[in-house]
Amino acid sequence: MEILFASAVGVLTAAGIYLILRKRTFPVILGLSLLSYAVNVFLFATGRLMINAPPVLNKYAEVAYTDPLPQALVLTAIVISFGMTAVVVMIALGAYLSAKDDHIDMIEDADGAGDDA
Amino acid sequence: MSLFLIAALPFLGALFPALLIRAGRNAAAASAGFTTFLAFVGLLLNAPAVLRGEVIQARLDWLPGLGLNTNFFLDGLGLLFAGLILGIGLLIILYARFYLSREDPMGQFYTYLLLFQGAMVGIVLSDNILLLLVFWELTSLSSFLLIGYWKHLPEGRQGARMALAVTGSGGLAMIAGMLILGHIVGSYDLTVILQHKEMIQASPLYLPALILILIGAFTKSAQFPFHFWLPHAMAAPTPVSAYLHSATMVKAGLFLMARMWPVLAGTPEWFYIVATTGLITMVLGAVIALFKDDLKALLAFSTVSHLGLITMLLGFGTKIAAVAAVFHIINHATFKAALFMSAGIIDHETHTRDIKRLGGLRFLMPITFTIALIACLSMAGLPPFNGFLSKEMMLEEAFHTSWMGSPYFIPGLAVFAALFSAAYSFRYIVHVFLGPKRHDYPAHPHDPGTGLWLAPAFLVFLVIAIGIGSNHIVGPLVSVAAGAVIGGELPYFSLKLWHGFTPALWMSLAAVTGGLLLLWLHPRLSKMWNAAPRPEAKVIFDSLLGTLTRASRGVTDALHNGSITRYSAIMVAFTIAISLYAYQSGVASEATRAVQQAGALPVIGWICLVSATGFIVLNHRNRLLALVLIGVVGLIVSLSFNYLSAPDLALTQISVEVVTIILMLLALNFLPKETPVESPLAIRARDAVIAIVAGTGVGGLIYALMTRDFSAPSISEFHLANSYKGGGGTNVVNVILVDFRGYDTFGEIIVLGIAALVIYALTEAILGSKVRAYLLNRKPDSPQDGDPHPLMMVVATRVMMPLALMVAAYIFFRGHNLPGGGFIAGLIAAIAMLMQYMASGFSWAAERQKVYYHGIIGSGVLIAAATGMGAWLAGQPFLTSAFGYLHWAPLEEFEWATAALFDLGVFLAVVGAVMLTLESLARLAWQPGMNSEHAMDINPARDDAAKLKEEV
Repeated sequence: MEILFASAVGVLTAAGIYLILRKRTFPVILGLSLLSYAVNVFLFATGRLMINAPPVLNKYAEVAYTDPLPQALVLTAIVISFGMTAVVVMIALGAYLSAKDDHIDMIEDADGAGDDA
Repeated sequence: MSLFLIAALPFLGALFPALLIRAGRNAAAASAGFTTFLAFVGLLLNAPAVLRGEVIQARLDWLPGLGLNTNFFLDGLGLLFAGLILGIGLLIILYARFYLSREDPMGQFYTYLLLFQGAMVGIVLSDNILLLLVFWELTSLSSFLLIGYWKHLPEGRQGARMALAVTGSGGLAMIAGMLILGHIVGSYDLTVILQHKEMIQASPLYLPALILILIGAFTKSAQFPFHFWLPHAMAAPTPVSAYLHSATMVKAGLFLMARMWPVLAGTPEWFYIVATTGLITMVLGAVIALFKDDLKALLAFSTVSHLGLITMLLGFGTKIAAVAAVFHIINHATFKAALFMSAGIIDHETHTRDIKRLGGLRFLMPITFTIALIACLSMAGLPPFNGFLSKEMMLEEAFHTSWMGSPYFIPGLAVFAALFSAAYSFRYIVHVFLGPKRHDYPAHPHDPGTGLWLAPAFLVFLVIAIGIGSNHIVGPLVSVAAGAVIGGELPYFSLKLWHGFTPALWMSLAAVTGGLLLLWLHPRLSKMWNAAPRPEAKVIFDSLLGTLTRASRGVTDALHNGSITRYSAIMVAFTIAISLYAYQSGVASEATRAVQQAGALPVIGWICLVSATGFIVLNHRNRLLALVLIGVVGLIVSLSFNYLSAPDLALTQISVEVVTIILMLLALNFLPKETPVESPLAIRARDAVIAIVAGTGVGGLIYALMTRDFSAPSISEFHLANSYKGGGGTNVVNVILVDFRGYDTFGEIIVLGIAALVIYALTEAILGSKVRAYLLNRKPDSPQDGDPHPLMMVVATRVMMPLALMVAAYIFFRGHNLPGGGFIAGLIAAIAMLMQYMASGFSWAAERQKVYYHGIIGSGVLIAAATGMGAWLAGQPFLTSAFGYLHWAPLEEFEWATAALFDLGVFLAVVGAVMLTLESLARLAWQPGMNSEHAMDINPARDDAAKLKEEV
């Protein structure tokens, strides 16, 4: 199972990075989403994988529990990555609506601005 | 008065002038003057004890872990400097009130001035070198603001930048030096450091520390070769020049050398670096000053020269020289500040500072003439003024000092400098005030009002008083201040005018006669001087700075060409490179965990995930399809969380998935639906290689991690063990979120709220720009459904709404003990509301929205904060939770926990943030005519109402 899990993380990361290296905003946003999945899942897996051992205490029996700490970390990370995605989407949208162009790279402008004598 | 209060008063006072300027310039000046006066009185209240030889201390631990403590102490040296800073500060505030014109923003001036004053007082009272460094940097910053006060003058801006560049970089060097010093001694407290002379001087790090600290002191006190910034800083208004550049800031470097004198001085290194630098500066400044035609430039270089003199005295390393240095600091502050103010008066009344255009002012401006005359004679070193006394002491010391075995070198150059010093002092009098009255002054000169001459008059009164009655007036102060510098037994000294026919007297006489001779020769010498080539410091500085700027711009442009794609590629490639290095050089332990068998379910999930991801990469140009496939990936991720014992994560992931997809769909509505092929195949292949290498690395890393046990015991055991006992909940993940790591969660909901507000602000900005017209008239670029609000969906969502909210409530309440909690419940509630927006339309939903989402976010954060602060009432730290059990018949026993209240805050913040985000995006799509009052086409109630109306 570890092999499946690790390879899935690898595939998600690779796909995310490839899409981040595209030139338009939307693929980059998709890439960021994929990379967020990869990172969250990666963090989650630092607690090692366990089946049927949720970290919910059982008052009546001695059972195994998986590591709760990465889960708590990842839970907030999921919500925060939603916030991050939303901000990035909004910036991309604002840029596209203002410039009618969804390239993420700045067009070459030769004159440096903000030069004070 | 407590030392804390004395140090804090100027900073507190800095608030008032900026606020009170609306009540008039007098109010602003009075508020600045009053706080300074209060601090001065507070200082004087402490003076008797200090003069008795006590050291007053005030200590407060700030960051004890770093050795950074707000410790202040007041000894003789501190008293002398703080007295100068606050006393002259008072006079400057008075002078500036009448000097600045109606157009100058006076409130700003006094605010900057008090900020500076506070920073200076902080320097001289600090008992912790780290604290001292903080104040040191503050003086650089506030003096930058003051020098550049006349923002419209390019000289002012350039002078301010130069001063900041020089003193700021010196400050950086000093930080390093101070840290080394603290490292040697093992404490950052000055009082401790000052006890360890032997330890410091024996350390191999002594010389680096000394040089670094001296660079800081030399740049601040304009010592050669850093002296050039001071004359350029004279572009500042004259009160600033008088205050910063004669009396206080430039003396900060001297203060530091005096402060560190007990532990750093007395070595040959100290003598040769400090005394030689001081000597060169003294001679250079004096010579240049004579040939300056601008009054303030003349005074600026004379200040450089006198600072050199004091530096040289400190550099001698003998006790009596230190006494002379302290004495000259007082004297120089009095006569030079008075001279700067007189130059300001002349500038103010004649509208020029050019000596060539002045002359004969003695009849026109008798009061100014008297003030300038006394101050100049003191600067020239004539009896019975105070400058004479300290100069005699300097010459006497110079006479007894030999340099590299030569007994004539220092005395000779000292007399040479004194000679020029006398010459430029006489020139100030003769060329400005004496001579025939002229008829071509730019303005009609006359004496100014009392407000302008009162402050310098008081200073020259001190010049005479100290000159005649020095032993009584400043004797005790010099004794305690010098005692603090020396840090031991004071040598015998007597501050008096007549010491008999000493060598110093002859040297002094030679200097004065030579000075008169030089003045007589001045026209001829001046021609030669102007003809001779000499390096212009500003040109060198500018070209140096220009080279640095070009170099850094070259590097920046090479790396940052505006292509985000390129930054990402560089970042990923760099990360891969250092990971590769770590992989090559590190050692991996043996795998300790067995690989678990995978059943059919994981394999199916894996196939789904990998193929969906593959399809996204291959088909990402079809954006809608890619979005659908992202949903598949999210679903598999949440299922695998569920499978791998993380039910909370599964619930969170799946609900976040819903809102994320809605968000992206909303955005895609405005964006092009296709991505064109742009990159050539080679680029795509390169990106693919980078991505695959990175993916392999990440996958390999997590595989290695998963097949090994923890190298150290995990803190998770603590959480598992204490979740129920300490937090009152059996769902450990939720207890961690709302209890153990509640502070993190608190920060996180704030971040989420900020993100939502940023999105709201961006929407407002977009809707406020030209884009709004486009949005209002936009034609959909894809075919639209005939019925935007299908009846079935409207009915279904309205029935679902209470049910969904019920589920949210259930998830919320069970969260502490079973999977669930504020985050997940918040997302579910948000989805329930989103469904209404989607089914019934934005306008319909927005009308029924009673509470603004900003308010919901805010109340969420406030509830969480209030819950956390509630712990204070019980005397516990922030966010300590409490819980207990209640039993109300006939209900079953149930648990209450303050953590639930905190979770309510999380719930509200999440609901508000998600809704505000999506609502903002949806507002972009609003167009006139979309306002359907009735989301449903068929509504019997409406028809009935219409009929009823007709019938009536």
